[in-house]
Amino acid sequence: MPRRTPVTWVRGGGLTTVLFLIPLLFAFGAFSWYPIVRTVLMSLQHTNLVQPATWVGFKNFEQVWHDPLFPVAVKNTAYFAGLALLFGYPIPLVAAVLLSEVRKRRGIYSALAYLPVVIPPVVAVLLWKVFYDASSAGAFNTMLHWIHLGPYPWLQSEQWAMPSLVLESTWANAGATVIIYLAALTSVQTELYEAASVDGAGLLRKVWHITLPQLRGILLVTMILQIIGTAQVFLEPYLFTAGGPANATLTVLLMIYNYAFGNSLGGDYGAATALSLMLAGFLAVFSLIYLRATRSWSTR
Amino acid sequence: MKSLRRIATPVAVAGLVALCATAAALGSRSSSVTISVASLIPGSTQAAIDQFNARVTEFEKANPTINVKPVDYNWTAPTFAAKLAAGTLPTVFEVPFTDARTLGDNGQLADITPYVKKLPYFSKYNPAVLAEGTDAKGQIIALPKGAYAQALHYNRALFSQAGLNPNKPPTTWAQLRSDAKQIAQRTGKTGYAEMAKDDNTAGWILTTVVYSLGGRMETGTGTSAKATLDNPKTIQALNMLKAMRWTDNSMGSNFEFSWGDINQAFAAGTIGMYISGSDVYTNLVQASNINPSIYGLGAIPLAKNKNAGVLGGGTEVGVRPDANAAAKAAAVKWINFFYESPLVSKAQAIANAQTLVANKQPVGVPALPLFNKKQYDLANTWIKPYINVPLGQMKPFLTNIFGEQLIPEPEASTQSVYHSLDAVVEAVLTNKNTNVVQMLQQANSTAQAAIQQGS
Repeated sequence: MPRRTPVTWVRGGGLTTVLFLIPLLFAFGAFSWYPIVRTVLMSLQHTNLVQPATWVGFKNFEQVWHDPLFPVAVKNTAYFAGLALLFGYPIPLVAAVLLSEVRKRRGIYSALAYLPVVIPPVVAVLLWKVFYDASSAGAFNTMLHWIHLGPYPWLQSEQWAMPSLVLESTWANAGATVIIYLAALTSVQTELYEAASVDGAGLLRKVWHITLPQLRGILLVTMILQIIGTAQVFLEPYLFTAGGPANATLTVLLMIYNYAFGNSLGGDYGAATALSLMLAGFLAVFSLIYLRATRSWSTR
Repeated sequence: MKSLRRIATPVAVAGLVALCATAAALGSRSSSVTISVASLIPGSTQAAIDQFNARVTEFEKANPTINVKPVDYNWTAPTFAAKLAAGTLPTVFEVPFTDARTLGDNGQLADITPYVKKLPYFSKYNPAVLAEGTDAKGQIIALPKGAYAQALHYNRALFSQAGLNPNKPPTTWAQLRSDAKQIAQRTGKTGYAEMAKDDNTAGWILTTVVYSLGGRMETGTGTSAKATLDNPKTIQALNMLKAMRWTDNSMGSNFEFSWGDINQAFAAGTIGMYISGSDVYTNLVQASNINPSIYGLGAIPLAKNKNAGVLGGGTEVGVRPDANAAAKAAAVKWINFFYESPLVSKAQAIANAQTLVANKQPVGVPALPLFNKKQYDLANTWIKPYINVPLGQMKPFLTNIFGEQLIPEPEASTQSVYHSLDAVVEAVLTNKNTNVVQMLQQANSTAQAAIQQGS
């Protein structure tokens, strides 16, 4: 074995590797790692970003923990995540399975399913605000009136607001997951379906005994991605309700935003970063437990 | 070697000449200064933009070394905080009376004392108004743009349609409630609406109503102030709101109005009455294209007790803390030209009014005096020929306001106090079974914590 020298390292492509690595390191350093480090530092400081920061230890974490709105935000976020899991998780799967069964014009149906994802989220929310208009002239209320129902207050009711947000969110995000499932379904061996058909299995039995087991790896990944995504829900409560009515849609991320920007005198950036770290820590631990708990199932 | 020197010498001379020319150019450029200034709210009409640009041109002509860059600007608590943190505010920007002092104490507004003291009318300012822009060290960090009193804006057309006299807006809360009910029943429109969004506006309007009943949200000052959000008058105000919403059904179906939304809805003719600052007519024209004939301005109904009063506030104009001396001097020149001179200089007042009229913008919108009532009346006589707002339709407000007790906004942690009240107003308007007392107690605790932290 030849001795490894700087010259052999260069000749072996080491320099090229480093050159290609530098832009990546710079991009990650500037836009990911540096903000993370700053977040950790800021969570231990009191600062208005103009005057010099002062160290306050863990006071920001204590402040967040004792904030009466903290349990409200956690409960609301869990409620959103739960509802989204209940409705938002199975719907794309069912849609993908149905689409995979379509023999003609599948492309058009796939495009239709994906269309909401293409619409800019703010535009989608503004559109749904018209649908959710609480007056009898609102789009949904008008349609429900035809079958002698309503009018319903939708976003202007503590009880209805969160399910309304989940409904829009499911519509807006399902398309992306449908495409992932459709791609995954192509890897399922068609011979298995043919064999099952020969054995007299119907669609539901084929889905239950072939499709779902074949997709379990993908299903587990999309589930954890959905949980992480819904735990960080911000856009819908911010644009639809600003956390209202009466904090009924205040989520953890909206609370972080309120800490940072809710007060016109300059935000409580310490509390905002402290809560961000608490959420990040929780999601990291949750993901670890989830991956460990499902490891054997996903590789079986 | 000689030939090399022959070539090098002219090149060096040419380089030197070029360097001198560049330095001269830079030198002449450095004597000019560019400042960005808050202009109009996004979505303003082209006529309003033209009027603003005409003023900028006029200013730049008078001050050839200052370049002014207008920037769309609309103060809302969250957007302001974000811009403040990001350092993207214009050089000259506006903040409410409630925020200027604390922003100054926090080092977030520039000290403009030496420039302001040179203004010829400096000694004439109402000391109470000037104090709103003076920080704890006695430095002037902002100048007043305008002061307002809260007022009742009403739709004269809807009043007529509902069989009410459009020249007689309600003067008691009981009358307001019954008028709202009548408008809702006879026209199908919203009788009375309130800002009820989680952006501090709901708390602002609730505080206005509580003041009019004789209540207060705080006692004391600074971080030792005591929050009194759960006082009996707040409970009374919320119960009245609850009755209008759930018993009378006179408040329509939209309970998430922000400041801009409610102005648009009112200008569109869907609201009978709402409360906002007395100077909001400007926005109704500039951003919502109101039909002036429907507009009516009345005073806030006051309860018959000695504590009842009208909430008054205003807007300050400040300068970014990172502005250098030249930018600060230019900024104060702009503030003087655009905001202050039309109030104290006859020539400027007339020039400003002429530009406004030429661009079909409102002249003569009711405000409160920044100097004194005498100066205010004098300035109004200068622009009398140009006044184009329907003053006759604002008579119910103008005949009462100068004799009424004006009460400033809560002094300690104002925006936090309002924010604590937002959720209570939202709850009352969206949940029939809201426990008003319990929610107010929670809001009071939250506000008290904010006051103690000085946030």
